[in-house]
Amino acid sequence: MKKTGAQILWESLVREGVTCVFGYPGGAILPAYDAMLDYPIRHILVRHEQGATHMADGYARATGQVGVAIATSGPGATNMVTGIATAMMDSSPIVCITGQVGSKAIGSDAFQETDITGITLPITKHNYLVTKPEEVARVVREAFYVARSGRPGPVLIDITKDCQQSSCEFEWPEEPKLRGYRPAHTPSTREVEQALELIHSAKRPIILAGRGIQLSNAREAVLKFAEQANVPIAMTLLGLGAIPASHPLNLGMMGMHGEAWVNTAIQEADLLLAFGMRFDDRVTGNVKTYAPNAKKIHIDIDPAELNKNVRVDVGLVGDLRQTLEQLQPQIEARDRSDWVDYISMLKGDSAVRDIQNLPDNGHLYAAHVINDIWRQTKDHETIVVSDVGQHQMWEAQYYKHEEPRSLITSGGLGTMGFALPAAIGAKVARPDAEVWVVVGDGGFQMTMCELATIAQEGIDINIAIINNGFLGMVRQWQEFFYERRYAATPLVNPDFVKLTEAFGLKAMRVTARGEVVPAVNEARAHQGTVLIDFRVEQEDSVYPMVPAGNDLHNMIRRPSAIIETGADA
Amino acid sequence: MNTFVVLVEDHPGVLTRVSGLIRRRGFNIDSLTVGHTETVGVSRMTIAVEADEFGARRIEANLYKLLEVLRVDNVTRQPSIFRELAILKVKTTPDTRAQIFQLAQVYRARIIDVSTESLVIEITGNEDKVESLIDVLQPYGIVETARTGRLAMLRGTGIASTPPGDEQDLSAVTAEEDLISHSV
Repeated sequence: MKKTGAQILWESLVREGVTCVFGYPGGAILPAYDAMLDYPIRHILVRHEQGATHMADGYARATGQVGVAIATSGPGATNMVTGIATAMMDSSPIVCITGQVGSKAIGSDAFQETDITGITLPITKHNYLVTKPEEVARVVREAFYVARSGRPGPVLIDITKDCQQSSCEFEWPEEPKLRGYRPAHTPSTREVEQALELIHSAKRPIILAGRGIQLSNAREAVLKFAEQANVPIAMTLLGLGAIPASHPLNLGMMGMHGEAWVNTAIQEADLLLAFGMRFDDRVTGNVKTYAPNAKKIHIDIDPAELNKNVRVDVGLVGDLRQTLEQLQPQIEARDRSDWVDYISMLKGDSAVRDIQNLPDNGHLYAAHVINDIWRQTKDHETIVVSDVGQHQMWEAQYYKHEEPRSLITSGGLGTMGFALPAAIGAKVARPDAEVWVVVGDGGFQMTMCELATIAQEGIDINIAIINNGFLGMVRQWQEFFYERRYAATPLVNPDFVKLTEAFGLKAMRVTARGEVVPAVNEARAHQGTVLIDFRVEQEDSVYPMVPAGNDLHNMIRRPSAIIETGADA
Repeated sequence: MNTFVVLVEDHPGVLTRVSGLIRRRGFNIDSLTVGHTETVGVSRMTIAVEADEFGARRIEANLYKLLEVLRVDNVTRQPSIFRELAILKVKTTPDTRAQIFQLAQVYRARIIDVSTESLVIEITGNEDKVESLIDVLQPYGIVETARTGRLAMLRGTGIASTPPGDEQDLSAVTAEEDLISHSV
């Protein structure tokens, strides 16, 4: 039986297991929207197409499955660009579908025409322009395969309006055929032997655990490796949760706002084992002085990551879990207690000090808010979705993530406005999980229109605004590096409580430390989304800090004991 | 200078993907030629890029990430033939015409068009030879230059032009059979 391109699109999506899409209709995608009604698809109507891409991204990060966003041509498509770039930087599998003007009108500057495949060329793993209904099924099949296999990433499908409208016989390809695509690799035995030699001779090794662990479900493999070889583990921001924070070998986060002892340990290590991380400048600081005495073994599924930022001694190209399982049987147990003890000594007593025991000086600090949210939610399946800035770093420092995919945040691109829509996507993907948005007052206002989506779709999440009246991280840089000249960082905010109530949602305001826990619990007990406006200390900074481009061990420390906490001792 | 022979699917937009990728990774393309190959549906690009050894490996690995790229060979350090074709329009007077004819002969270049005030010379060779001819013709006045850019082919029986077959499964390859260099 013949089907239209629009019908084939949905038929193919359903066959790929899609049950939910995030989108916004418009002229060039109307035939697809019309056909959608006949398929078992939940459509979440967003308020801005950027939100749709972040939701698809949040959906993908929460589950590992491909998230789908859909929009019309022209402005609908260009609004997706930020979300696509965000997904690209963090290897998140999403498929974005955009309408396009009729194939005969392409190139004529038709109404709402834009070259979205050209625009998204550098920020997609692959993209397609589809002009014939015969191509739709194959392209959808390929797009999902490409998005989720190898190093995952976003794929965009641009479908012309006439393609959606015209008909052909539907044929579902059994296998995607892509002769030039190489998603999987296996390291050679020689490379494995070289790696083993370095591992066995290392006295001060350290594992750098990245997002690759989450993507390849390699938690058990990494833990087995670390325990057998007795190697401590440092986490990247996107690695958090991949290894339980409570695991004795887990040192905590590395990098610009990482724990001081972690950065010191990396600088003094004699072997770095980079597991699914990419030596981002935020974790290395100055690469010239980075881990100067360490040999480096890099395991990554993407060959283009090896020797990109840091020269490595052995590169193992392959899926992390499979590669570790290949190494595992040959790993000899070693006693490295001197090294592990030394790092414990670096921690001093700061690691065990509890910030909740510090006296209340009348100020509300973000650290307390986040630590309280953690205490109240840690015994339940919780996903925290953080935005970008100071609160993101405090979240990473004070929320102790135990489970993979329990932290969702924009790491590589650092996209402000990511958290609220991504949390909607995460909640739709995992309705049983409790979802908390931790967001700054600046970032929240970039995508706060999605409160309307929450209200319309009946989404039940909790939103914690860490409100300091500043673009906090930029203000911090101005304080440290620009002589406190606060150019364009103070914010005059709306009343977030009234604003939220205008959307028909519940909201609260918290100004004192003692009010945090009751408010958090009230929000958790409430059916439906609750926003809490936490009025925190305005000019607090994130410590420790490695100034951009500085040596990793040269950290700015908290100057006085405003709140002496574990993270900045 | 690194020279890559790149086999790609003959699809619209592939040239943009390849050139855009090299640009956005911070490298500058010195020359790029593209044409059909002996295999239907496969085009061959010869790309000359300024890069150090690590840069060249990054370019190669990144090229392989494009779905339409079938094979990449860095032929820089392999025994290879490099050729370029140039056509040059040179000003002539009755006095200089004979001299230019002689120079062309020395370079085994061909005169392909003659008019009263100019002639057109076609030369094939590696870049040094082409540059050298341009240098010696400069004093006479070169009115117009058209160059193809570098073409490359391995010497002997080595082949840098076999695309993976349709049935070949590249979805999971071991390092031994992988075309991509792993470690340095």
